[in-house]
Amino acid sequence: MNNENLITEKDVAHVAVLARLHLSEKEITDFTVQLRSILEHGRDITALDLADIPPTSGPIPLENVFREDVKGGCVDKSEVLSEAPGHQEGQFLVPPLLDGSE
Amino acid sequence: MTEERYEPVIGLEVHCELRTATKLWCACPNEFGGEPNTHICPICLGLPGTLPVLNRNAVEYAMRIGTALNCEIKPSKFHRKNYFYPDMPKDFQISQYDEPINVQGYLDLPTGIRIGIERAHIEEDTGKSSHLGKSGRIHAAYGALVDYNRAGVPLVEIVSAPDIRSSEQAKDYVSELRAVLVATGATDGRMEEGSLRVDANVSVRKGPDAPFGTRCEIKNVNSLRSLVRAIEYEIKRQIEVLEDGGRIIQQTRHFNEDTLSTVALRSKEEAQDYRYFPEPDLPPISPGEAWINKVKEELPPLPPQRRAKVKEIFGTGDDGQIITLVEQDLDGLFLGVLSHGADGEIAIRRLLNEAASQIEAARKLDVKDFAALIGMEKSGKLSATQCKAVLAEMLESGGSPLQIAASLGFEGMKSNELEEVITQIINDNPDAFERFKAGDEKVTQFFVGQVMKATKGKANGKSVIEFLETKKS
Amino acid sequence: MKLSEQLLSAKEIAVGIKNKTFSATEIVSDTLGRIEKLDGDIHAFLNVTGDQALLRAKEIDEMVSKGEDPGILAGVPIGIKDNICTRKVATTCGSKILNEWKPPYDATVIEKLRSQGAIVVGKTNMDEFAMGSSTEHSAFGPTKNPHNIKCVPGGSSGGSAAAVASGMVPLALGSDTGGSIRQPAAFCGVVGLKPTYGLVSRYGLVAFASSLDQIGPFSRDVDDSVLLANAIMGHDPLDSTSLDIDTPPIKINSDGGVRGLRIGLVSEFLEGISPEISEAIERACKYLDAGGGQVESCSVPSVKQSLSAYYLIAPAEASSNLARFDGVRFGMRVDGKNAEEMMVNTRTAGFGDEVKRRIMLGTYALSAGYYDAYYGSAQKLRTLVIRDFESVYQKFDVLLSPTTPTTAFEIGAKIDDPLTMYLSDVCTIPTNLAGHPAISVPFGYDSKGLPIGLQVLAPALKDDLTLKVASYLESARENAND
Ligand SMILES: [Mg+2]
Ligand SMILES: [Zn+2]
Repeated sequence: MNNENLITEKDVAHVAVLARLHLSEKEITDFTVQLRSILEHGRDITALDLADIPPTSGPIPLENVFREDVKGGCVDKSEVLSEAPGHQEGQFLVPPLLDGSE
Repeated sequence: MTEERYEPVIGLEVHCELRTATKLWCACPNEFGGEPNTHICPICLGLPGTLPVLNRNAVEYAMRIGTALNCEIKPSKFHRKNYFYPDMPKDFQISQYDEPINVQGYLDLPTGIRIGIERAHIEEDTGKSSHLGKSGRIHAAYGALVDYNRAGVPLVEIVSAPDIRSSEQAKDYVSELRAVLVATGATDGRMEEGSLRVDANVSVRKGPDAPFGTRCEIKNVNSLRSLVRAIEYEIKRQIEVLEDGGRIIQQTRHFNEDTLSTVALRSKEEAQDYRYFPEPDLPPISPGEAWINKVKEELPPLPPQRRAKVKEIFGTGDDGQIITLVEQDLDGLFLGVLSHGADGEIAIRRLLNEAASQIEAARKLDVKDFAALIGMEKSGKLSATQCKAVLAEMLESGGSPLQIAASLGFEGMKSNELEEVITQIINDNPDAFERFKAGDEKVTQFFVGQVMKATKGKANGKSVIEFLETKKS
Repeated sequence: MKLSEQLLSAKEIAVGIKNKTFSATEIVSDTLGRIEKLDGDIHAFLNVTGDQALLRAKEIDEMVSKGEDPGILAGVPIGIKDNICTRKVATTCGSKILNEWKPPYDATVIEKLRSQGAIVVGKTNMDEFAMGSSTEHSAFGPTKNPHNIKCVPGGSSGGSAAAVASGMVPLALGSDTGGSIRQPAAFCGVVGLKPTYGLVSRYGLVAFASSLDQIGPFSRDVDDSVLLANAIMGHDPLDSTSLDIDTPPIKINSDGGVRGLRIGLVSEFLEGISPEISEAIERACKYLDAGGGQVESCSVPSVKQSLSAYYLIAPAEASSNLARFDGVRFGMRVDGKNAEEMMVNTRTAGFGDEVKRRIMLGTYALSAGYYDAYYGSAQKLRTLVIRDFESVYQKFDVLLSPTTPTTAFEIGAKIDDPLTMYLSDVCTIPTNLAGHPAISVPFGYDSKGLPIGLQVLAPALKDDLTLKVASYLESARENAND
């Protein structure tokens, strides 16, 4: 990796949007410095030749873990709705959704 | 005029809900409808600390679909597709990404055209939100209610190659795909209940050798009719943009059922970045040869085979009728009726015209009873009108056609009674009878109608005409 | 500060209750009294569930009086790290965003504990969402090290470690993603075990990094860790990564000591450690040698890059695991004019800085164009770590290292420098990447009177070996320099 690949404030601002976080100008600056130092530390990995190494995503190799298609109990909705920040008519209430037609 | 220079290129993504007893990751029932939030548990609500465990049956159904679509069934794994949305409990969807269970298949349409299937992978469904507010319009809503009954229902997403070239072909593809999916037993294929949902990728290009144009994805297509209309609108829109010297922007568009047009969804700048990564809570699936073969062996006959069988046994019959018969899953009943010696022409007509409107009841009709009914119409014991009435009753409450006919008073007229009635009507309408004798076809219907009226529908139309003929001379 | 010398062990409590030497109610009252007395200074607990604990104690006493066996942890009070779900009892993960959320279900480990007679007396403090090495990142204020309240107890399971070290409870559960059990165990002078990945169900553990997280015990001695490990291990059909194998109860036979065991001293883990910890390692080697163990130096090259891989993998998984904290279904909500804005407002107000930092790091590592360079290569490094351990375990039965490069540091010393803070996990992280078991066992004190912890590592499913060697090292306490 060369310097062009270093994380920039613009990257940090974009990532904050992806992560649904609002960052102040100062936080963007601070996070950029901190993330850069952590990512630079990570260069010891990039220094290795890993081309032929397969990735590992879980520590113990398992496969075909299933449950049988048998009905079990549901939770009483009052118990979860009482913990919800908003509910109405037995449903979870949220502010208006944006994602519709214009 | 200019439209003829353009060729549409269409690929379809069909999401199909699997009819497992339980959801994909938890033991909640997988049932349509129900009071909101009654089929939920900590797992499908994505509560902190919960983990998914894969439903074996969902995998088997996906394999059936893959087999039916001539796919290669491969070892596969799950990924997380990360994006925020209140309908999605975990704010990521567990789906298959670069290693889906089914790849590289195809579907042959009854028209003989082959449409490629790129993949058919397993994923989870989301919950459902409904907008609050008087107009029900999104911008007028002051909030939304979320029901998670559907969250975590198993889906198979079937992605076609961009092999489709018209809205009509798209419709043929979805109809045939639906019939195949239903035949496998993996889904009930009900578009109206959302258990089959279609997204269309549409682009246009100048002629079959030109490179593909920029495509738009159309969502919210809820019926075959909408699919055709949405695609046609979109093709026209894109051609107009290009003809005006414009450029097509790749975007997701929403089909509006009221205006019959497609509208761009709010573009989200990060929409493309789902940050897929392997789902650490789920080990990969490796179906193995034995399981794959078992699924293959147990796969029920599919529509093409079933249509061929009907054709072979029935001998005659219109292709369209046979396609519908199989699509409606009435071919088994039809062949049963034929084997009882009933008349195929009448049987197929009654099945497609009358029985199809009550499809669930029709599939449960007793073969012998139905064959007997067709026999009664064929022999003239029942008129067509009477036969329909009896059939309606059979579909409604079951029972033998003989008893129903009797209870409805359809005993059939004895010929001397009929003779008396007809003679009386001829005597009352001498002018009309003269025209009948002169060969005026329209008057035939007049007499039949009069006889029916006088007999309250008991007379058999055919017998009436035969009798009138004898009176000619 | 001399701690816990006269305190009863979990084993002694269970036996005493079954023999009616004392009652569970007496034990629980005693425990609640000690918490009351000590926790004002230490702040190990976020929530003490005294009433429920006393009710449960009564049930246990009734069972005993009826001649029923309440289980191997009969009447033993236990503290639970607050990222383990307890039904109808607030579970906060040390975060404001959960807003005293009461789960509608119990974690599998909680059910297992209950079925063995243990009594949950409260939820312990932790770094927010287990992200940290000092418990200073708790939204509810730091926990203090019982050996010196100016120092951190380590983290992220600092509350559990401090609760056990101060004698408030004989047992506690923690979770270990990169050392979050072993590092605070070392800082607080208690035993902390990270079991083999998949041996203990994660169902009900609020996920930080799913492929690394594992629940494990804290106790004052190795025997009690064995007891607690036996209570919580076992296959769970609700966790797809739970191992479906027979796990007979661990029994450590300390008769033979470490005779004949091949013990590797990992040279990479010795780089940059404090001189006093170096001396402790030397003493340990001599002691192991005296017991018939064959100690030899060895190398696991890829552990050097493990820290880097960990700080890509763990945040990446965390960024996804923590997406669900969106103000829709549970926990805190800060309203907005639409759902999108509400989510942003909720997450911005609800998460602390360290959590935001890791979510940002992980989101970046997974984002388009960077996946291969960061997350992808970190996963490849994970393969190398597993291979390196595989080859070193051809020659050795167990490995030995310090648990931490230094003893407990002062509160505030590293809070502003995330990378330095991360470096305190350098010895513990590789085992999480490999999924192997590892234990931290106290081995003397430094000149400031702060505990030193040694780490014993073993291949997957050899949890019993780590415990056996730890037990031997523990027996050297009398011979150590305190
Ligand atoms: Mg999809
Ligand atoms: Zn559920």
